[in-house]
Amino acid sequence: MKASNLQWKAQLGDRVPETFSAELDVFEHEIALKKQNKIEDRVFAETRLRRGAYGQRYDNGQRSDGQTTRTLNYPSSATKGPNTLWDAPGMQRIKIPFGGLDAPQMEMLADLCEEYSDGIAHITTRQDVQLHFIHIEDTPALMRRLASVGITTREACGNSVRNVTACPIAGVCREQTFDVTPYAKAITYFLLGHPDAQSFGRKFKIAFSGCKENACGLARLHDFGAIAVTREEGGKTRRGFELWVGGGLGPVPQQARLYDEFVPEEEILPLSQAIARVFARLGEKKNRNTARLKFLVSKLGIEEFKKLVTAERAVLPYDPRWTDYLKDLSKDNEEPLKAPSLLQIGAALAPGFERWHSTNIYRQRQEGYATVTLALPLGDITATQLRAVADISRTYMRETVRSTVEQNLVLRWVSEADLPNLYADLNRADLAAPIAGTIADVSSCPGTDTCKLGIASSRGLAGELRTRLAENNAALDESIGGLRIKVSGCFNSCGQHHVADLGFYGVSRNKNGYTVPHFQVLLGGEWANNAGSYGLAIGAVPSKRIPETVDRITGRYRAERLDGETFQAFIKRIGKAECKKMIEEFAAVPTHEEDPSFYSDWGDPREFTLGDIGVGECAGEVVYPIDFQLVACEREVFEAQLQLDGGNIEKAARMAYESMLHGAQALLKFKFLVAPEEAAMIVDDFRKQFYDTEIFFDPFVRGKFAQDFFRIHEESALPKTNETAHQLIEEAQLFIEACYSCYARMTATPVKASV
Amino acid sequence: MDPNAVQHINVKIFVDKSSEFRLDDTIRVFHRWIRDSIRPELLIDVADYQHVPAGPGVLLIGHEANYSLDNRENRIGLLYNRKSELDGTFESRVRQAHRSALEACELLEKEPEFEGKLHFDRKTLEVFVNDRLLAPNTDGTWQVLQPELEKCFPGFTIKREGEPRDLLRAAVAGN
Repeated sequence: MKASNLQWKAQLGDRVPETFSAELDVFEHEIALKKQNKIEDRVFAETRLRRGAYGQRYDNGQRSDGQTTRTLNYPSSATKGPNTLWDAPGMQRIKIPFGGLDAPQMEMLADLCEEYSDGIAHITTRQDVQLHFIHIEDTPALMRRLASVGITTREACGNSVRNVTACPIAGVCREQTFDVTPYAKAITYFLLGHPDAQSFGRKFKIAFSGCKENACGLARLHDFGAIAVTREEGGKTRRGFELWVGGGLGPVPQQARLYDEFVPEEEILPLSQAIARVFARLGEKKNRNTARLKFLVSKLGIEEFKKLVTAERAVLPYDPRWTDYLKDLSKDNEEPLKAPSLLQIGAALAPGFERWHSTNIYRQRQEGYATVTLALPLGDITATQLRAVADISRTYMRETVRSTVEQNLVLRWVSEADLPNLYADLNRADLAAPIAGTIADVSSCPGTDTCKLGIASSRGLAGELRTRLAENNAALDESIGGLRIKVSGCFNSCGQHHVADLGFYGVSRNKNGYTVPHFQVLLGGEWANNAGSYGLAIGAVPSKRIPETVDRITGRYRAERLDGETFQAFIKRIGKAECKKMIEEFAAVPTHEEDPSFYSDWGDPREFTLGDIGVGECAGEVVYPIDFQLVACEREVFEAQLQLDGGNIEKAARMAYESMLHGAQALLKFKFLVAPEEAAMIVDDFRKQFYDTEIFFDPFVRGKFAQDFFRIHEESALPKTNETAHQLIEEAQLFIEACYSCYARMTATPVKASV
Repeated sequence: MDPNAVQHINVKIFVDKSSEFRLDDTIRVFHRWIRDSIRPELLIDVADYQHVPAGPGVLLIGHEANYSLDNRENRIGLLYNRKSELDGTFESRVRQAHRSALEACELLEKEPEFEGKLHFDRKTLEVFVNDRLLAPNTDGTWQVLQPELEKCFPGFTIKREGEPRDLLRAAVAGN
């Protein structure tokens, strides 16, 4: 940790606003108390999480080297949370409301990533910035320095209102209804530290979108998604929001429900407060796996939820902040630095300029200005590059930069005639990759690189795909260039794989006595229409064969698509069975002797293992009946999808439920050789042998998947809707994944390291 | 300013231009270093930033220090980044960082993946202080630290480098 930590407070003096400074004094005090062991682990964990100080992989002091799990002997055995060692490096998440950044903020981020982290600032899929490998005792100084440039990390993690996101082109968008930026900003600071938003059972995510059709805001995958709309009333145009609630990805993705077609602008803050109160009062607290707002909305039904919120709204004490900001919405309006101009077509342009212009430039609604996207590889940017962007933002515009949910940066208000010079400056900083918003602009969560929950290397795969697709000039391909690929390291969906044309999430499979990294393939998710629909998994492919899988799928789309046919429509037309057939030829895994590369993940030469979360001994080459039984369960889930697509809702739900029964039965047979055939008995036995004993428990979500199974069993006789059947299929898929993981933990680990 | 209050000394030793090696192989080597606990520091993880142009390259994250084959400014070299505090004087801390960097260079050159392919130019290096509060990049700091650096590298040319926003940085070149 830094020798200078305690000196920053005096050094920064008045540059840190008093409120921030007082909060950080408290946090520093809490760290001191925790060092004296005067705060409970779980309390301190939530305290630091609410400051954005998150855990990171191996922070329990255990790390697999591919051969065996070893102890990392940190100097102190003290902890900063349950099973989280004090000295283990962690991640610092930094909230960037609506992605807005100015030059001093970028320069500060540059300094911090050099001094406290590994020289890289990482843009997340929710417009945050993350720094990795940070010591907990460095965090107060780091936070003070951020506060000195107007950034807070408060409530960046934990059970709180997370970063409020918004379209990165809000205000300059040609299709927007109106600029949502001031509303996103107002709600950010209204709910930050608000007493009514401190008692949630889980996080609460808010997004604003300027229009319905485009994707930028992703309103429909948020707990609270507001889409700008207007209404004519008494000859006047009135601003408001179409409000969606209870959306979310995670293990059980759910589309948000329409709360109201028109919430007047003056009601959006008080309504958010009323919803926060209802969520805090009625949301699940004990079981974090069902604690998101989406579960509460599902449980109550949207009408009952609305009734409760309306009642809560009626008794809220008046707060002038609800509408104060509306008095001058133009207060924070951005202004250009230069006069509008047009790009000189006749002028000699640098090589590569035209290609970059075709992908990375967006012409603003304000004639003569453009927004420029910097396509960052995997969302990563160096300190030197951040300073270069700061300089560029001062040279060409008034420091109007935003981060995006596609892990990029955008520069707004560039006078078009400046584009050639700007291109040259960006090229010098290695920031002119001509792939923004294309198939090569792959986004990914951190995955096994740094995340405690990661199963497979999402960044490794995303990097590999980005390199290959860029080399093949896929971005220029008219048919596939506009597709989106998104990768998550596990089912928690931080990479937003559900809303990609081609989505992937990490899983593992036992093959030939080893654990092999795989990715589930999801096709046909919809990015447009504010994340209009979610893709469904069609099967798992070994990690090392995903690039070929992508080639096959995109190749077939390129060859067989009808005129104007979208990827979603194409996938729907050929059908899931055909899609599955396409990927099945890539499912085979050669033996370890034939090709050991399949047994390690992208960018990580260690033999792949779940060893970092505890494993048993090698099962050698034996293939157990369970191997086949679990594959059959997967097939059943897939069949259920086909039934649902065919409109056979009840049959689909039944098949998904039965796949879970068969998964549970397979585990029982594996352990005891025999298992009951009758559903209730399978559930009872499974509960006794795998749930009560915690053998089935996932290290992080614990008994969630089993609990889902029990609930689905109890509700198996109830009628299903298209939506509930869809959710059941998702849950069945995850339950089968959990069966695989449980089986993996009970059996195989690799025996040799390749390093 | 007391030079002995300055901590977090970094030393980067540049790769000789005759080298022809694959940076990607560093990942495998660093994982092995963790497995075999090859350095006195606690080694924790490997971070791969090869996809970032002119970036931090491949890092071996440790508790007391990070080692990396760093490619900032498109100049690749072995970087020793001291993170935890050390007793002693500024001079002893520079010597410790230099010694650790040299040891790491020697180990890397002997690794099977790099043997005969990777060579370090031990006379071309950079020293910088990774803490803007303890050593702000100002003329005043430079006036205090330059003579101290000269003690550490007798006979070497020592020159201040970088722009005002950079960490205080010295290019150190031997004859």
